[in-house]
Amino acid sequence: MARIIVVTSGKGGVGKTTTTAALGMGLALRGFRTALVDFDVGLRNLDLIMGCERRVVYDFVNVINGEASLNQALIRDKRCSQLLILPASQTRDKDALTREGVGTVLNELAQSFDYILCDSPAGIEKGAILAMYYADDAVVVANPEVSSVRDADRMLGILASKSRRAENSEPPIREYLLLTRYAPERVQKGEMLSIDDVREILALELLGVIPESTAVLTASNCGNPVILDQESDAGQAYADMVARYLGEELPLRFLDPARRGFFSRLFGGD
Amino acid sequence: MGLLDYFLAKPKSSANVARERLQILVAHDRAERGRPSYLPRLQREILEVIRRHVHVDQDAISITYGQDGTQEILELNIVLPEENSR
Repeated sequence: MARIIVVTSGKGGVGKTTTTAALGMGLALRGFRTALVDFDVGLRNLDLIMGCERRVVYDFVNVINGEASLNQALIRDKRCSQLLILPASQTRDKDALTREGVGTVLNELAQSFDYILCDSPAGIEKGAILAMYYADDAVVVANPEVSSVRDADRMLGILASKSRRAENSEPPIREYLLLTRYAPERVQKGEMLSIDDVREILALELLGVIPESTAVLTASNCGNPVILDQESDAGQAYADMVARYLGEELPLRFLDPARRGFFSRLFGGD
Repeated sequence: MGLLDYFLAKPKSSANVARERLQILVAHDRAERGRPSYLPRLQREILEVIRRHVHVDQDAISITYGQDGTQEILELNIVLPEENSR
């Protein structure tokens, strides 16, 4: 039975698509048949982060409207054959996604995949609601920043009340927190909310902490999920997150400020 | 003493300010979330009925909604005005 995971946040720009790409690639590399579905109709970006933007022929809305089959629209990743991507449509029609249409497509995907990842658009509009509606698990992505944490909490309220599981009084969606763009030096200086602060406020199980890292931009520049860069701190932190999602117990890493050498302390200023 | 405190007190870090603001905000948001959606209308209609008999302000009536295990408690508190102001 396939598990449907929504990657959501409320606020935009916190790392949903980066996380979807990394988690999807991580699961696929472990041998799970994984599908990534971009729900950001009108502003599709998952294909770009995955590096398959030039291979898009049909999209999610084409499949819903019966203009293409699911197999025609799915793009197989060139680095890992277990990973397939269903791109979002560039249409500006806000009603292109319907609950029934999304349900039918997810149901069909569930026949042949182990994990289905839904990359939610920002906000709490229709696209975001549909992305989480059928979910079994939710990865709520937040930055250690006030508006992001508040929006994450609002999204938790929506997950608890507006999902299919909530409407059918089934066991609720399993919710996980992923903290991204974490800067230990700034936390140490008291300039940034700490992991414990965010965990205390949201009262959620922490799936991982991704440090602020130059590797994320480098990876997206090239269309590579950052998890493939296992030299980088962010890539390793994402790999840890995948392991924790699958039930492994790993300590959090990259939480201490980088040690500075004698000369950088002497001349480096701040 | 006050002056001494002023000079000795460490300024609160901005992260602490953020945490405190969020704690209040999130607690408020969550309390709001748990309430049934008909509550504001119920409050308005109850007030109308009461106003037919006595004159009370909007502020004089409060409705609190709480949950105690499986029991939902709706508490209605109306401050009636003094006899002479009726």
